[in-house]
Amino acid sequence: MIYLDNSATTETNSTVISSFKKVAEQYFGNPSSIHELGGEVEKLHNQARKQAAQLLQVEQKEIIFTSGGTEGNNLAIKGIALKHQKRGKHIITSSIEHASVYETCKSLEELGFRITYLPVNEEGKIDLGQLKRAITEETILVSIMHVNNEIGTVQPIDDIGNILSDYPKVFFHVDAVQGIGKVPLSLKNSQVDLCTISGHKIHGLKGTGLLYVKEGTTLFPLFHGGNQEFGIRSGTENVAGNVSIVRALRLIKEKEQSQSEQLMNLHDQLYEELRNIDGVFINSPKNGAPHIINVSVLGLKPEVVIHALYEKEIIISTQSACSSKQSDKSRVLSSCGFSDERSISGLRISLSYDTTENEIKNFIIKFRETIEQLKEILE
Amino acid sequence: MNYDHILIRYGELGLKGKNIKQFILQLQKNIQQALIDFPKVRVTRSQGRMFIVLNGESPEPIIDKCKNVFGIYSMSLAIKVENNEEAIKEGALSALTQSKEAKTFKVSVRRANKRFLIRSQELNRILGAHLLKNSSDYTVDVHHPDVEVKVEIREKATYITSTVIRGAGGLPVGTGGKSLLLLSGGIDSPVAGYLMMKRGVKLEMIHFHSPPFTSERAKQKVLDLTKVLTEFGGTINIHLVPFTKLQQEIFKVIPERYAMTVMRRVMLQISERVCEKKKILAMSTGESLGQVASQTLASMNVINEVTNLPVLRPLVGFDKEEIINYSKRIGTYDISVRPYEDCCTIFVPKSPVTNPTREKVNYLEKDTDFSELIHEAVEKIQLIKVDNKPESQDNFDELL
Repeated sequence: MIYLDNSATTETNSTVISSFKKVAEQYFGNPSSIHELGGEVEKLHNQARKQAAQLLQVEQKEIIFTSGGTEGNNLAIKGIALKHQKRGKHIITSSIEHASVYETCKSLEELGFRITYLPVNEEGKIDLGQLKRAITEETILVSIMHVNNEIGTVQPIDDIGNILSDYPKVFFHVDAVQGIGKVPLSLKNSQVDLCTISGHKIHGLKGTGLLYVKEGTTLFPLFHGGNQEFGIRSGTENVAGNVSIVRALRLIKEKEQSQSEQLMNLHDQLYEELRNIDGVFINSPKNGAPHIINVSVLGLKPEVVIHALYEKEIIISTQSACSSKQSDKSRVLSSCGFSDERSISGLRISLSYDTTENEIKNFIIKFRETIEQLKEILE
Repeated sequence: MNYDHILIRYGELGLKGKNIKQFILQLQKNIQQALIDFPKVRVTRSQGRMFIVLNGESPEPIIDKCKNVFGIYSMSLAIKVENNEEAIKEGALSALTQSKEAKTFKVSVRRANKRFLIRSQELNRILGAHLLKNSSDYTVDVHHPDVEVKVEIREKATYITSTVIRGAGGLPVGTGGKSLLLLSGGIDSPVAGYLMMKRGVKLEMIHFHSPPFTSERAKQKVLDLTKVLTEFGGTINIHLVPFTKLQQEIFKVIPERYAMTVMRRVMLQISERVCEKKKILAMSTGESLGQVASQTLASMNVINEVTNLPVLRPLVGFDKEEIINYSKRIGTYDISVRPYEDCCTIFVPKSPVTNPTREKVNYLEKDTDFSELIHEAVEKIQLIKVDNKPESQDNFDELL
C-alpha cells in the first residue's frame, strides 16, 4: 500500500505508541497530587513541557498542551475574542483557513464579532497590502495559517508579523498544524503570539496537541476547572498523550534537519510528472510546502478516482478530510479563483518523510493508468 | 560575510589596579565555563581585549549565555577581516546590514596600526560613502546614531563591530570570596543570591528541610532554583540540613509567638558551623526590612545575636514588587511560586512577635539546650553539588 494522505493524518510512529503505553501503565498518577507518586508524574510532565519548549525555542510556560489542532485553534481564537472583546470586536483571517479556524470565526459572528476574510490570489496567498488596510482600531486578532492543508500554500508569516509589529494591540495567531516539521517557522523573536500544533499530523496520536501562547498573551479559557496548564486549560493532564506528542515533535524536528531536501526533491519530481499528464491541472503553487500537491482531473469525479486508486492500493484524498463530507466544491480552490469544475474535482496527494522515490514512481504509473481507464469507461 | 568573533568589554574591572590580572583570568574562566556546551568556541585574550572566537557556531545562543556572566559590561559581534581597503569595506557593509532595526549610523575608524596607509579621517569618509551607496534605508547621523560601525585596524587584522549588547555588569564570580546563602525556596533568597554573585561572590547554599512536614517536591524546588543560579555562578554546593527534630523541639518548648524567632537563631547557628567548616566568611539572606515579622529591625537584632559573622542582606532596601521583577528576570520566579510547604511556612504562629528583645528571647531559651540537636543536624547534613550542565534526564529520556 502506498499512503499519500499524510495531510489527513500520518502513520503513528511505533516508538510514540510505546512511549504512550509505558507512561499510561507506569505513570498513571495525577501530576497535581501531592504524594510522591504524583510528584514523579509531575516531573515527567514538566520534562515533556521543557523538551517541547526547547524544540520550539520558546519558554516552558508558553507551552499549553491541548487535545489537538481543533482545540488549539478554538482556544486561541475564542480565547482572545472573549478576553479582549472590550477593546474591539474585529478579527482578520483568510478565506482559505482550515475549518477549525474558519468555522470558529463564523461562530463568533453570531456573538456580534465582525470578521474580515481576506481573499487570496491564485497561489492561495493573502495580499499584505490588503491585510494592512483591513486593520482598524477595533481589530484584536489576526489568524493566518502557516501552510494550507489543501494546496500547500505557505503564507508569509514573517512579513505578516512585521506588519503587525506596528500594531502592538493586535494578537497574531498562526495555525501551524500542516507546516510544523515541514516548513521552517521561527517562533523565537517573532511577532507570533499563538501557534497551533497537532500530534497526529506528525506521526503522533490523535487527541494530542499543543498551543504556543507567548508570555503576556491572555486568553479566556474554553475549559474551567482545576487550573491545570497555567489556568488556561483545566482538566487532568493527558500525561501519556503529552509525553507522546513531545516525542513525535522531537522525531519530526530531527527529520526536518536531515531529510527536508530529500522531501523537496520528491515533491519537485512529483510536480513535474503530474504536470506532464494530459488533462491534469495542478492547483498547488510551485513553491508551496514540500508535502502537499493538489490536482484536478477535469471531467472525473474525485471520489471515483480515489476509489479506483484504492483498488490499486494507493491512498490519496479529496480536499481536506475535515470538509470532504460536507460539500462538493472546495472553499479553498474557489477562493483561489479556480472554476467550479476545477474546484469540485480537487485531489490531494500528501507526502511524509517516509515516502520513497519508488512509491512516487509507482503512484505516477498507477495514476496515469487509472485516469486512462476511467476516461475510456466514460467515453 | 558573517560575524566570527564576539568582543567582550569589561567595565568596572578597569578600576581594579594591581588585581586586574586575576579578575580578567577569572572572567575568562567563567566565560569558558558558561560556554561549555559549545566545544568549538574559544575564549582568547590579546592586547587587553577579550574575544570569543566562534569557529562557525551561531552567535545568538552564545550571547544569551554570556549575558549571564558577571563582569561583562558589554559585547559586540565582530567581523575579522584582512588589513586592506576592499575587505574592510565589505566587512563594514555586512556589519551595518546585520543591524536590522537601525535606521541611522556613523562610522568610526581607529587606526592602531599606523602602517596602514589610509588615515582614520579619510577612511571614515570612504566607508561612509560606501555604506550609503550600497544599502538602502540607512542615513548618517554622527551625533545620535542607532548603530555605530566601529572599525579597528590592528597589527594583524581589522575588527569591525556594530551593535553593542549590554552584559550583566558586576564582577566575575569567584573574585569576591564565598558566602553561604540561606535558601528557603521562596521568591527572595534566590534574588539575594543573584545579587551576591553579581558582586563577584561564589555561593554555597544551606537549606533546612523537615520531612515529612516538607516534601520531596519542596527539596526539588530548591535544587531547581539552585540550577537556575548556576547559570550565573557555575557549580554550587547545597548543604541540606535535616531540621525536623529541632523544629519540633522549638515549637514544643518555646511559646508560639517566639518560636519563629528562636528557629531563626538556631538556623544561623547551624549556618555558622557550616561556614566554619568550609572557611566561608559571611552568610547572606533574602531578608528585606519590614517584610514579615521576622524581618523587622528588632527581629534582626535578636536573631543576629547568635553569630558574629557578617549576615549580608542585599534585598534590605527592596520592595516586594522590585524583588518579584528581579526574580522574573533571572528566571527563578516560576519555580519559587510552586506551592509546596517549606520549613518557614509550616508551624507559622498566628501572631508572631514583631518586636522581640534579646533579654526576653534569652530568658525563653535558658531552660533548653539545643546544642546537641544542633550538633546532630550538622553531622547529618547532606551535601549536593549542582552544576550548570543540562540536567541528566536518564529516567525519562527513553520516553521522550
